[in-house]
Order: sequence, then C-alpha cells, then structure tokens
Amino acid sequence: MSSNALPGQIGDVVLAAHDIAKSYGNIHALRGVNFDIRRGQVTTLFGENGAGKSTLMKILSGVIQPTSGTIVLDGKPVMFSSSTDAREQGISIIHQELSLAPNMNVRDNIFMGREIRKATGVDFAEEERQSRTLLAELEEDIDPLTLVEDLRLGQQQIVEIARALSVNSRILIMDEPTSALSASEVEVLFKVIRDLTNKGVSIVYISHHLEEALQITHHAVVLRDGAITAYAERKDINLEWIVHHMVGENFDLGSPPTDHTIGDVALRIEGLTVPDPSGADYNVVDNFSLSVHEGEIVCIYGLMGAGRTELLESAAGRLSPSSGKIILKGQDVTGRSIAECIRNGLVLVPEDRQRDGLVQTMTVGSNLSLASIGAITRAFFTSFAREAQLIGDAIQRVHIKSDGGGAAIGSLSGGNQQKVVIGKMLATDPEVILLDEPSRGIDIGAKAEVFKLLAGRARQGLAVIYTTSEVGECLSIAHRIIVMRRGRISAEFGPDVTKEQIMAASGEALVTH
Amino acid sequence: MSATTSVDTNKSSAKGKRKKSLVELLFEGRAFFALIAIIIVFSSMSPNYFTINNFLIMASHVAIYGLLAIGMLLVILNGGIDLSVGSTLGLSGVFAGFLMQGVTLPQFDVILYPSVWVAVVLTCLLGAIVGAVNGVLIAYLRVPAFVATLGVLYVARGVALLMTNGLTYNNLSGRPELGNTGFDWLGFNRLAGVPIGVLVLAVFAIACGILLSRTGFGRWLYSSGGNEHAAELSGVPVKRVKITVYMLSGVCAAVAGLVLSSQLTSAGPTAGTTYELTAIAAVVIGGAALTGGRGTVIGTLLGAFVIGFLSDGLVIIGVSSYWQTVFTGAVIVMAVLLNSIKYSRR
Repeated sequence: MSSNALPGQIGDVVLAAHDIAKSYGNIHALRGVNFDIRRGQVTTLFGENGAGKSTLMKILSGVIQPTSGTIVLDGKPVMFSSSTDAREQGISIIHQELSLAPNMNVRDNIFMGREIRKATGVDFAEEERQSRTLLAELEEDIDPLTLVEDLRLGQQQIVEIARALSVNSRILIMDEPTSALSASEVEVLFKVIRDLTNKGVSIVYISHHLEEALQITHHAVVLRDGAITAYAERKDINLEWIVHHMVGENFDLGSPPTDHTIGDVALRIEGLTVPDPSGADYNVVDNFSLSVHEGEIVCIYGLMGAGRTELLESAAGRLSPSSGKIILKGQDVTGRSIAECIRNGLVLVPEDRQRDGLVQTMTVGSNLSLASIGAITRAFFTSFAREAQLIGDAIQRVHIKSDGGGAAIGSLSGGNQQKVVIGKMLATDPEVILLDEPSRGIDIGAKAEVFKLLAGRARQGLAVIYTTSEVGECLSIAHRIIVMRRGRISAEFGPDVTKEQIMAASGEALVTH
Repeated sequence: MSATTSVDTNKSSAKGKRKKSLVELLFEGRAFFALIAIIIVFSSMSPNYFTINNFLIMASHVAIYGLLAIGMLLVILNGGIDLSVGSTLGLSGVFAGFLMQGVTLPQFDVILYPSVWVAVVLTCLLGAIVGAVNGVLIAYLRVPAFVATLGVLYVARGVALLMTNGLTYNNLSGRPELGNTGFDWLGFNRLAGVPIGVLVLAVFAIACGILLSRTGFGRWLYSSGGNEHAAELSGVPVKRVKITVYMLSGVCAAVAGLVLSSQLTSAGPTAGTTYELTAIAAVVIGGAALTGGRGTVIGTLLGAFVIGFLSDGLVIIGVSSYWQTVFTGAVIVMAVLLNSIKYSRR
C-alpha cells in the first residue's frame, strides 16, 4: 500500500455516481442518486434506516448492480460485475457484519481467496510478512497468527481494514464500523482513517452516530427515501442541519389520539433483566420496568444494540429473562410460551418480517389466519367459513392491497407485507401489541397508514408499544416516549419533546440544551 | 383433495392475471404426465403391461413405497428428512413376526399368542416410538434431522438383526387353535378385486390429505416448514408439530412393514434396506421442496406410482435390473431439476 502513492490531488473527484436507480419490483430503493467520492477525504452518508444507504454502497462496491445509472471511476465509465471486480479496481467495502472466518488466523483471513502461491503450495511466510507490514502500518499490535475469534471486535475491524488495504484499495466503504466498538476502539479507528486519508485513500462512511461521524468527515450527504436531499461540506454544517435533512419536516405521521380515555394498566414489566443471547457476560436488558395502560401508545427509542428487540421478545415469551416479571392485566405471564402469550392477549410483531414474520410459501390469507388457526379449529377441523371471514376482515381492517387472500406473499409491496404481519397479530384480538420497528423498510405512505391503524386500535382500548430508531417516528402517535440505552431507560418524555432531546438521551448526539 | 390448499392458491393467483398456457399446464402436472407417458410407452412395448391384473400387481408394489412416501412427505413438509423409515419398516416386520411366533414370559411360565389385530396395533406403536425418538432428538436435543435419523437407521436395523439373530421368520400364518391366523390378509386378500395393501395406501393418502388441507395441524405443518421462526412467533407449537410428523412417519413405515411382510409371508431383518431413498425420491418427483413448506399428497402419490410403474415396466419388457437403477436415478435428477426451475421462478 505504502509503495503506491496514489496519483492526483486531494479533493479531486475519484468516483462519481450518476443517476443511480435501483428498484426491486415496485419498491424503489434508490431513485436517481448523484454522488461523488473525493480523493483522500471522508464522505459520510447520513440517512435513516431504509433510506437507501446500504443499497447505494452495495452498488458502488459491485455487490449488486443498479437498475439504471452510471459509475465513473477516474473519468472513465465502469461496470462492476461483482464485488471481486470492484475490489480489483480498488474499491473495497467493510460490511456492518464482519465477513471474517473466525476459525482461521489473521494472516489467512487477510489473504482469503487471494492466497500467494508458490510451487509447493501457499507461500505462508510471504503472506505472514505482508500481514505484519500491513498491521504495522495500521499501528495495531496484532500477531498475524492469532485466530480471529480470539480478537476483540475492534481488532477484527482492523483486520478487515488490513484486508481491504492488502488489495491496494483506493476507496474504502465502511458501513457502520463503530456500532460494536468501545470508545477507545473508535479512537483507534479514527486515527487509522486519518492516516489512510493522508495517504490518499478515499473513505465512504456510514454511521448512525451522527456526532461521531461529524468528527471525522469532510463531506456530508443526506439520503432520504432513496434520494439525496442535501449535500454540504463539513465546515458549513452542524448536527441540527443533518437531523433536519434526515428526518424532513413535511411528513405527518399523525399525532397521539386524545379523544378516548386511557384505562387501567394493561401490561406491567417489572425489573426485567435479559442476559445477552449470544452468551456474552452482560445484560442486554437491565432491570427494566415499564407500565402501559389500555388505550395508551408508548414509543421506545434507542440505537442498535440498546436492547429494544430483546425487551420485546422477552416480554412476548420468545427469550427467557433471568429475572423480572411480566404482568398482563394483573396476571403473571412471565416464562409463558409464545402461544400462551398470544392466547392471553399479548402479541409481538417482530422486527424482521422476512425472517420472523411471514411464511413465504403460503398465501396472504394463510399468513393472516396463522396465529388464529387454533381458535377457529374445533375437534381437529378448521372452519373454512370462519377462516375466510377472518381473512376478509383482516384485509379490510388493515387495508392490505392484494388480489384477495389467495395472492402470494411475494406479490405484495414491503408496506403491505408489514400490514399482513400486523393484521395477523391483530386478528387474534390482543389486549397488548408489541411492535418491533414496525416501520422498517416501508415507505412513508405505508408508515403513516400503519401508525393510523395503531392509533385507531388504541382508541378501542388496545395498549400499543412500538420501538423505532428513527426520531421522527417518536413524535407521531406516541403518548409517551421512552429512550432506551444499554438495556435501561435513560429518559422518558411526553409527546411535546424535541428531536434533539431524544437523540441526546439515546447517546446519539451530545447536544447541550 | 389433498392438494386443496395449494391448488386453490395457484388457481386464484393465476386467474387474476391470465389463463395458464399449455406449457405451464404441462409443467404443473409434470408428475402426472410422466406417469401417463410411462404407461403409454410400456403398453406399446409389452401386451402384458396394460392389463387390469398387472396394474393391480404393480399397485400393490407401489403401496409399500407409497406408504413410506406419505410419511416422508409430512417430514419433508416440515423441512426435515427421515432416513430411518427403511429400517423401521424392517424392524416392524420382524417385530410383527416375533409376536406371531408367541411371546414367552418366563417369570409367569406362559407363552402369549397375541391375535393379529393386537400384533398390528403393537407394531404401529413401535413405529410411533421409533418416530418419537427421532422427533425428540431433532426438536429438543437439536440434532440435525439427517444425523439423528441416520443414527436411528443403524440402530433400528441392528435391533432387527439382533431380534432374529440375522434369520427370517418364515411362518407368519399362526395356528387356528390359537386364534392368531389371518396375517396374510393384509398382503393377499382383495376387497372388490383391489389388494388390501392398495386400499391401505388409499386410506392413508386420504387421511393425510384431510390432515393437510382441513385441520389446524396441517396449517401448522405447512407454516413451520415454510418459516419456522414466523410460525413460532405466531403461536404454532413447532416442536410438537415436529415430533408428531416423525411419529406419523414411523407409523407409516410400520404399516408398510406389515404389508410387505404379509405380502412376502416372511419377516426378514433386512427388509426395506434403501427404501428410505425411494420414498424421498417419490416425494421429490411429486414436486415437494426439500426446504419444506411445499408439497401435496397427490403429487407424492404420483411420484410413488412413477417410480413403481417405471421399474416394474422395465422388468416386464426384460431390461436388466442394472438399467432400472440407472433409469430411476435419471428420473429423480430430472424431477429435482424441474423443481428447482419451478421454485426459482417465483
């Protein structure tokens, strides 16, 4: 890497994307994005979940191909047929989930797929020598013969960077590189990034930690709903500018329903503690207590890893808490199975609808009736009439746009698929509904509809808890906003809170107010 | 009727857009057309093929594979695999033979001769127990289905060999004075001209079709095979479903073992070796996806008939059994090829 000084001046455009669009069927992930990467500088992409950041980065790194648009590298139009192709032309991506083989050592990971060969096989000595040089340049004291699984996460990230540099990458794309790092590891990473830019490597950086990203970036690009909404240089902007452009001003996700009475406590969570599911030695949910009333809507805001998902999953019977109680309408349901929770009226709409929400091999109707099938089955046989009625009702009530109950799940848009998952759980007539990021990956219109639906059901006495990682969604239908950080409640607000207050409490932005 | 759920789906989704083209129709019913093609080809090559009697004989051969395949279908719909059915078949035959010889209870100094019906029920129970072992290993102890049932394949076969010391029970007819005659009824008798084995297959197919299309359990099975996470989060008792399908598969294998040993009038410990693979092939030829969630009883039956009619046809026209193996293999690969085309188009 050190051997080739990169030609050209700092700040020149090294890669330009013109009118990049990408659609999956009816879903437009990107709509005509123009985007420059400049030599030896950091360009940060800001945007909420589903704004299209990852799609754009996957296109730039050759993982997927755009539906239309061109990529110009050093003034010449290029097409990347694969990520290998892009890597050979100097563009590497470090994904959010690291792609290292934990069972192999650092040296083998760095040269995975590009082993240096000699007559008798792989030239391990040469690989090791080059690995040492690379790691020394990164000023990281890692022995190339250590197994990757024995390294801390921050060090694994460095190994990923070393691997990218070993192919003389000129452009390095980092997708949420700090989300799993400790503060000191972030410092090391930022030092590495500064060294790299000084050597002429261009960095594209994606992060939800806005304040952190502002420390390192030269340029800020904001994406929203698949289009670029703002671009500026670092010196011209501040945090408010980013939040303003990320969230936008002009969409209305509704307001908290007020024309009904809030009833008794529907769900009480008492001192819930959940150990890390992967067995690490800490609690993802730490002594968490919360009461939600009939007809009340509570929003839980937090960054990735704040413990939102684990909180909801342990409340609904999917994970077992190590201590604490779940009281549903005065009845202790701690440790009950998912099926029992559903029968008692406590349902969960999971975060990942493809993985946990939908059965792709079944029709829209069969998916909608799935959670109620036990209730409409008498002495073994399911009543088709009652099922058809249930499906018809559900399609109507949650406004699913589909060719009736017989349509295939895959024929629906993301928003309608999400409505199927919500409709399935609402069809069981619950008392309390927990929704984990109900707006993930669906467009603004569908979001507004989902929230309207929830507000309508709250008026009828349903207790609603939803989580989100998008500040704008806290300030919609929620009567109360709970900010969660490292498994605990870090703040609780009413509906009149500001975005900045919420972000400050989540640890996202260190705003003084 | 067994295919109600998925056939309805196809119809209604296709109706909305356009009528099916001939190509699509041929593709959807490929197992059926393959069977027709096989019948036409062999009928033209041998005058003995297209006779009622031959069809009934072939059908009683198919009954064995068909019973195994129905159990296998349930397991495959769940996203699993059951390699132990061939051995369970063998073990069940031997167990039934053992019961027919009389059970000596030395501490009471008596020999019990259970009647045929008792022997049949106990044998089915044995099949269910073997299936339950599979199910518990897979659902609760998280042993991969392939490994768990492979282990049971060996254990069940070993137990069958131990029970007879490697020998075969040749006398299954019982004695009139003991009241345990009639074991050959399953394999030899006919009702309205149809062999009992074929009727048993029909009853099992219809029961399984109803189970899949009309009961809550059927929906649980399709959903937990299609996406176990989503099914579990919808309150489906996925572990119970899993154990149940392996138990049903075990019962199907036990019944197949009874029919086979009755047809052969002997129970050998090596009966049914490699039959599990034929059963899997029938399910796959019938259009089921090995990843779970897709498949029908009618398809599976067609698959079993394709394999049975093909291999019997080859025997009738005098092709060597080595070629039979080659042809069967080619048909299986073709079927999987077409399945992968079908599922990748969605």
